[in-house]
Amino acid sequence: MLELQRVSAHYGPIQALVEVDLVVRAGEIVTLIGANGAGKSTLMTTLFGTPRASSGRILLEGEDITALPPHRIARRGIALVPEGRRVFAKMSVYENLLLGATPLEGAHVEENLQRVFSLFPVLETRRTQRAGTLSGGEQQMLAIGRALMSEPRLLLLDEPSLGLAPLVIRTIFRTIVALNREHGLTILLVEQNARQALKIAHRGYVLQNGRIVLEGSGAALLADPQVRAAYLDAVS
Amino acid sequence: MGYALQQLINGLTLGAMYGLIAIGYTMVYGIIGMINFAHGEIYMIGAFLSVLTYVLCTALGIGPTPLVLLAMLFVSVAFTALYGWAVERIAYRPLRGAPRLAPLISAIGMSIFLQNYVQLTQGARIKSVPPLWQGGVTLWSADDFRVTFGWAQLTVVVVTLIVMAGFAWMITRTSFGRQQRACEQDPKMAALLGIDVDRTISLTFILGAALAAVAGMMAVLQYGVIDFSIGFIAGIKAFTAAVLGGIGSIPGAMLGGLLIGLVEAFWSAYLSPEYKDVATFSILVLVLLFRPTGLLGKPDVEKV
Repeated sequence: MLELQRVSAHYGPIQALVEVDLVVRAGEIVTLIGANGAGKSTLMTTLFGTPRASSGRILLEGEDITALPPHRIARRGIALVPEGRRVFAKMSVYENLLLGATPLEGAHVEENLQRVFSLFPVLETRRTQRAGTLSGGEQQMLAIGRALMSEPRLLLLDEPSLGLAPLVIRTIFRTIVALNREHGLTILLVEQNARQALKIAHRGYVLQNGRIVLEGSGAALLADPQVRAAYLDAVS
Repeated sequence: MGYALQQLINGLTLGAMYGLIAIGYTMVYGIIGMINFAHGEIYMIGAFLSVLTYVLCTALGIGPTPLVLLAMLFVSVAFTALYGWAVERIAYRPLRGAPRLAPLISAIGMSIFLQNYVQLTQGARIKSVPPLWQGGVTLWSADDFRVTFGWAQLTVVVVTLIVMAGFAWMITRTSFGRQQRACEQDPKMAALLGIDVDRTISLTFILGAALAAVAGMMAVLQYGVIDFSIGFIAGIKAFTAAVLGGIGSIPGAMLGGLLIGLVEAFWSAYLSPEYKDVATFSILVLVLLFRPTGLLGKPDVEKV
């Protein structure tokens, strides 16, 4: 589905990603864990060309997307739920969802709306409300719903649990698993909450200072002493 | 009473034109965060294009008047929009991501260039069009004084209302309008949703220029005389209107335009016409000092 081959990326003189190799296969949940500033979010946005990879190749379903402009990449069946949600605060829930459907150019809008509303019923009741007035959890649901409106084959989630109450986090994680198991959606998940993420992931990568230092199945990483020491014991 | 009513009509007419131009300032500011100081010149070009179309129609013997007016509107809007598009491509797009001062300087350069370009190609002398419509509706008369809503004035107000209503509908209800607002709020996120931000910015300039062209044609109808320098003062006044209404807010631009038009009309009537520009620019200074967000603008709300 997605393949990164020796991808490096820079912010000005600072190198944020160093020759990252990463594969996400169709039907998988792959998680990327690492400390703050390890380059997790950069990896997500580099897939969309912001910042552009300074070397290496990014393949989506076998096609090289490394040099495409961001809006073109977004039209190839890949959708991002960004860190901090970034819903359009001044627009209604409904308008936010419609914007998510941009890549389909007006096709299947009604069906996808219904799908999102059945996944997150609260969004339907808040349909005409400004997105900026929603709670954090609702905004996260809206951000996920907005991404799903484009019928992506690959969904990228960047810190979906950040700043949310435990109960809401549980809902979000349950939804992620359901999207993968029931709808066959391929997911790349970046999380601070490493334990939760590894539990639901088929495979995981550990990112440190822009490099992949470890990879393995979710269960293996959960059991790995290094991972435990660095990312699990401290957190919980 | 009658005199005041007449000034109200004059002010409305003037305000309608300022409002149309102000929308261009406010939209461009909203989407790329810069003041397009060449926008006044775009209005001037719109006025010239409608005069040229008028002259061409008369030379070719095309009549009657409504047809000529439609031709003026159509030609002026179409070609002015092209100018608006070109200005963005040439003067601003290459500077995307540059420090804020750079596009501002480039805008002033573009403004000087366009003025000189029109002066060289069209001559520096005043161009005039005979009044296309005499008379109007007499609303009130007493003694020697008659309050008239001239046909030209009525056209200005009605056309402006229609254009603004259509425009407001487009921004709030259509998919393009939604994308335009998304780019205003968060261009990076908009791109991640598959919206072509560059194209949206181009369309914003095209729309702003089209509205300025309507204003230019209305000025020709209303005053009948134009020259290459009319864009400067009109532009700065419309800019004042945009700031007064709250820069970035489209309803604010309409409201600000109206208020500036009314202030100017009443000031000229009761105080002194020589100092009407002073009145307008004092408003600019006062707004910037005491309410920089304008009447309808809101300070940027930080997202959580």
